[in-house]
Amino acid sequence: MIKTLDQIFVLLKEWLVGYLPASWQPVAGVLLSVAAIVCLFPALFALTTVFERKGLGRIQNRLGPNRVGPFGFFQPVADGIKSLTKEDIVPFSADAAVHFLAPVVLVVAVFMGFAVLPMGRNMVLVDMDAGLLFYFAMGASTELSVFMAGWSSRNKYSLLGAMRAVAQMISYEVPLLLSSVTVVMIAGSLSLTKIVEAQSGYSWGLPHWYIFTPWGFAGFLMYAIATTAETNRSPFDLPEGESELVAGYHTEYSGFKFALFFLGEYLAMFSISGLGTTLFLGGWSAPFLFLTWVPSWFWFFSKLMLSIFVFIWMRGTLPRLRQDQLMNFAWKFVLPMCLLNLMVAALWRFLGDGWLRWVICSAILLAAYVGLGLGELRRGKIGPRSYRYAE
Amino acid sequence: MTPLAGYLLVAALLFSIGLAGALTRRNAILVLIGIELMLNAANLNLIAFWRYGPHPEALTGMMFAIFSIAVAAAEAAVGLGLVIQIHRHAHTTDLDQMNRMKG
Amino acid sequence: MSFVFYVLAALTVAGGLAAMLLKNTVHCALALTVAFAGLALLFLELDAQFAGFAQILVYIGAVAILVVFAILLTRGSETPKDGVFSHTWLAGLAVAAAVFAVLGWAVLQAAPLLPGASPAPVVTVQQIGDALMGRYVLPLEIAGVLLTAAMIGAVIVALHEKEGPK
Repeated sequence: MIKTLDQIFVLLKEWLVGYLPASWQPVAGVLLSVAAIVCLFPALFALTTVFERKGLGRIQNRLGPNRVGPFGFFQPVADGIKSLTKEDIVPFSADAAVHFLAPVVLVVAVFMGFAVLPMGRNMVLVDMDAGLLFYFAMGASTELSVFMAGWSSRNKYSLLGAMRAVAQMISYEVPLLLSSVTVVMIAGSLSLTKIVEAQSGYSWGLPHWYIFTPWGFAGFLMYAIATTAETNRSPFDLPEGESELVAGYHTEYSGFKFALFFLGEYLAMFSISGLGTTLFLGGWSAPFLFLTWVPSWFWFFSKLMLSIFVFIWMRGTLPRLRQDQLMNFAWKFVLPMCLLNLMVAALWRFLGDGWLRWVICSAILLAAYVGLGLGELRRGKIGPRSYRYAE
Repeated sequence: MTPLAGYLLVAALLFSIGLAGALTRRNAILVLIGIELMLNAANLNLIAFWRYGPHPEALTGMMFAIFSIAVAAAEAAVGLGLVIQIHRHAHTTDLDQMNRMKG
Repeated sequence: MSFVFYVLAALTVAGGLAAMLLKNTVHCALALTVAFAGLALLFLELDAQFAGFAQILVYIGAVAILVVFAILLTRGSETPKDGVFSHTWLAGLAVAAAVFAVLGWAVLQAAPLLPGASPAPVVTVQQIGDALMGRYVLPLEIAGVLLTAAMIGAVIVALHEKEGPK
């Protein structure tokens, strides 16, 4: 019964597809899975917008939206109706074709990334041998759409926002890739299902997730920083901050196209959190041995929603980073830490089992963190705070 | 006509389009775009011969194409850096106006 | 040859033509991106998955953005006053047509000798990794040195020169 609950979506799909003739079954199966993804993740996006607004409101000591529906939970319906019925204004001097295509390219590229995420046991849309490479290839395509949006609007603020956003995304692409490469090195495969399977053991009741190793913990932190920057979320949201650049590269977009950009950004957040869950948090495996009776897809989605909650929390808490501080941080702190993490992971693999490798790897990573951090602080001449009071 | 001949013809067509662009456009960046098209056409040739050749398990064609992609990216970076520096000096990227050695 | 091949070939050639013929430089760069995407799909059609994804990641994700940034930094989007084609365009076109004629003739002459359709090779990423670390380790290391030199060189070439002592 437990196994049925775990595989319920797979069995449902097989039962529905069984009504068709045999030659149509593979295509119909894939189309059904695609339809499920296309329906589920935008619904999750709608729920996340409410959670974000209410969560941010509570962090800022106010209630979030609470008018539409019970506790404001029908707000996304109201938002959807608003964005669909708003007038779609395209500036006269804008490049119409590119202006139209930019949100389309973004949403298409982001949806393609969902194809390789394993959302449960046997629940992957396409089990590719080079799944991680496919995911990053799709992620790289989103940068081009950001630039297209900014350039086609023929607006100084849009162009400036687009160039900043692309520079930020490219700078943080390298730490993202390097922290994933560390996981690939230890797991021995680029296929996401194999990476999840490599993390599915348990010893003394604790799981073998990569976040519970020194290099995995450091790698997860680097990955988290890089994903926050890649999806232009606070504290890295200078390209789209309202107080800075009007709205950055989507200044000239209104109505449904703006809704598509919004959708694209949140879906990118979901898919990159899903990837982080797969790489470091064990994907669909349960945290403790006595909890393996809970379905695998429940664990995947709860870890995903936990990551989203941490994103919302960071947005409400941390101040925005300036562009040069952001780039400095990427190239002078995160990148050296990622390179060192790669070497520490290799050391971990070759030191063999035992307590020695824990001590050595943790010591190296802590020393590097403190050393690089102090170097950054000294460069920025940040000392202890001094207060000046009005007389 | 075999599939391999089809791929080779497409690659030859892309190569000549890239060559035509590199030889006729004025803007230096478009010349570099033409060169990138030529490199891509050569990559297509390599992969097509790898796929339909006698020993695909030796991976020679695929390796050659992967190294070609990496080196082409490096060359594009250096070339575009040079174009940017020339623009700073001559305030134009028009190749027809750069017909003198005197700076 | 399959329908998919014709569609992808048409897409790639159309992208290439647009990249070389359009007036607006940024449109040319975007058409080049379409050509890159078409080529990546052709690689996937040829069962070279690693090369296809590497093409998307490197060319669309890096080279296309590099080209676009260079166009922006050199104000390429302003339309030139003398037209977009060089005054020697006819000679260039003739040379390119001659090259295509020679290559096309060579392919069509050799068409009966070329190998026919063969079963798809099964290439795993593991095999590519083993090959890169085994037989092709020297090219890999040299490519690493080359990329480092290119990166340092590009940064130095494009650096703002500080005003020296007059």
